Amino acid sequence: MSSFDHNPIVEMRNIEKHFGPVIALNGVSFDIRPGECHCLLGDNGAGKSTFIKTMSGVHKPTRGDIFFEGQRMDFASPRDAMEAGIATVYQDLAMIPLMSVTRNFWMGREPIKRVGPFSFMDFSKANDVTMEEMRKMGINLRSPDQAVGTLSGGERQTVAIARAVYFGAKVLILDEPTSALGVRQTANVLATIDKVRKAGIGVVFITHNVRHAMAVGDRFTVLNRGKTLGTAQRGQITPEELQDLMAGGQELVALEGSLGGTV
Amino acid sequence: MSSTGATVDERIKETSKLRKALIRPELGAIVGTIAVFLFFIIFAGDSGMFNAQGVMNWSTVSAQFVIIAVGACMLMIAGEFDLSVGSMIGFAGMSIAIFSVTLGWPVWFAILLTFAICIAIGALNGVIVVRTGLPSFIVTLAFLFILRGFTIFFPQLIERRTIIGGIAERAAGDWLAPVFGGKVGGFFFDWLASQGLIAVFERGTRAGEPIVNGIPMLIVWALGLMIVAHIVLTRTRFGNWVFAAGGDAQAARYVGVPVARVKILMFMFTAFCATVFATCQVMEFGSAGADRGLLKEFEAIIAVVIGGALLTGGYGSVIGAALGALIFGVVQQGLFFAGVESSLFRVFLGVILLFAVILNTYIRRIITGER
Repeated sequence: MSSFDHNPIVEMRNIEKHFGPVIALNGVSFDIRPGECHCLLGDNGAGKSTFIKTMSGVHKPTRGDIFFEGQRMDFASPRDAMEAGIATVYQDLAMIPLMSVTRNFWMGREPIKRVGPFSFMDFSKANDVTMEEMRKMGINLRSPDQAVGTLSGGERQTVAIARAVYFGAKVLILDEPTSALGVRQTANVLATIDKVRKAGIGVVFITHNVRHAMAVGDRFTVLNRGKTLGTAQRGQITPEELQDLMAGGQELVALEGSLGGTV
Repeated sequence: MSSTGATVDERIKETSKLRKALIRPELGAIVGTIAVFLFFIIFAGDSGMFNAQGVMNWSTVSAQFVIIAVGACMLMIAGEFDLSVGSMIGFAGMSIAIFSVTLGWPVWFAILLTFAICIAIGALNGVIVVRTGLPSFIVTLAFLFILRGFTIFFPQLIERRTIIGGIAERAAGDWLAPVFGGKVGGFFFDWLASQGLIAVFERGTRAGEPIVNGIPMLIVWALGLMIVAHIVLTRTRFGNWVFAAGGDAQAARYVGVPVARVKILMFMFTAFCATVFATCQVMEFGSAGADRGLLKEFEAIIAVVIGGALLTGGYGSVIGAALGALIFGVVQQGLFFAGVESSLFRVFLGVILLFAVILNTYIRRIITGER
């Protein structure tokens, strides 16, 4: 597997996050390499959201270290993380449905065209790039000024992913991108993840659906009650075993062997 | 994946050019405007409503509505309301009167100081809304009362009355006052009159002068604000941020849009528009009254909603809002020309509001895919 030839882009070591008396994360280690899809699995309340928010700069870890391309990093805000190349696509906050695909795609980074002392948004460039990037992801838009609300859930996720990739993401965090989608749309999003991975971007795929994870994942990390239960490589673990791990199961002990001693 | 760029999705229906041209946020307002004009051409066509004087009459009234509707429209698209617009109009007018007449300061200074104070109050509205996260409905409702209260209190305290006159005399010769109270294009109307295209006064001190002798600055302000706001909203980066802030503030923040700054600026712009309205009105009347601008906030909001904006933000059109304001002005003055009881204005307005909003909701669903 080629992705193991590389050093991790992001490495998180023994991350702890406390909210007052609540320990949301209690020692989580995780890393992501270029061109791989690392699935983060866990049941509701396992700490997945807290963990990715720590990774994307929303939360500061209470304890533990974050390394970005080998350097110790302290993200002060999501903006910092974004500028470093960590892009997050949130489940439901990815897009503004009332606005056009182009306006959404460029939101916050609008291209500018100067006319004398005035600067205008360069719509011809914005529209062309949007159409082209969406075509690369396999979506043919009717027109770039089509409102995002007219797209399906899967297409919206794809716009958000295309946007992150276009703006130079090195790591793409996808927060349950398939949880609200139908079978076909899920297949489209998984195909998009595959395209992104092949472009050399590290994908962190958060899900609680083992089948979706198995379809594209290179490595699998299970989070349970704020702890990582271990990381397994593709082919080392069966869907049933992953499922049991997520459930925090009774068969945990029996599974330790199959996790390759990484627990 | 096929490599041809022009793959057509078989699930998307071909839409005709006409349909595409029609399906736009302003459609409700355009249809309403046409309906209103047809109505009055039929029922008041020979009443003088469409001669030079009549046109100037309803244009001026419409322009007043346009000025505050443009501000309200931008703010509503950014996801907020300002219910203090009407009180702000009264407050700004009174402030100019007190500074220039009571305190005897130059009129230009009174105007500039008033603009500074009102825009600062607009910013305060915005900061409170952004910082506390309270609905702007409540925050600006508080300012509706606070500003109106001061507008009645100060002139009573200082002058023992609620109307201050004598501004016209103070404004004579001032360099800034004509920017709000003056008229432009007089030569054009002289020429029209000399060609016999518009009527002239036949008697009195102004005999021989055209009845309409220029376009009031109020109308120039209305057109200027409308054009600038429209371009900023649809063609600039900041315009995209306005839509984003109103469409989904959290999603906008995630991609680095300075949502708080955008919202505060829009509150300031609304206050600016209200102050322009007030200054033009004070210069026209030569006086300031404590009851000026009553209910204007609702009229502005109605014009904006007729214009196709979404009450919850993120969607709307400045051109639509201006057309909504035009409908307002034409109906208000037109019923007078048609000799209809003026209380029917409200009935007519209510009906137009309802129809335009139903049509707008339908169109918006087509455009945005809302269900």
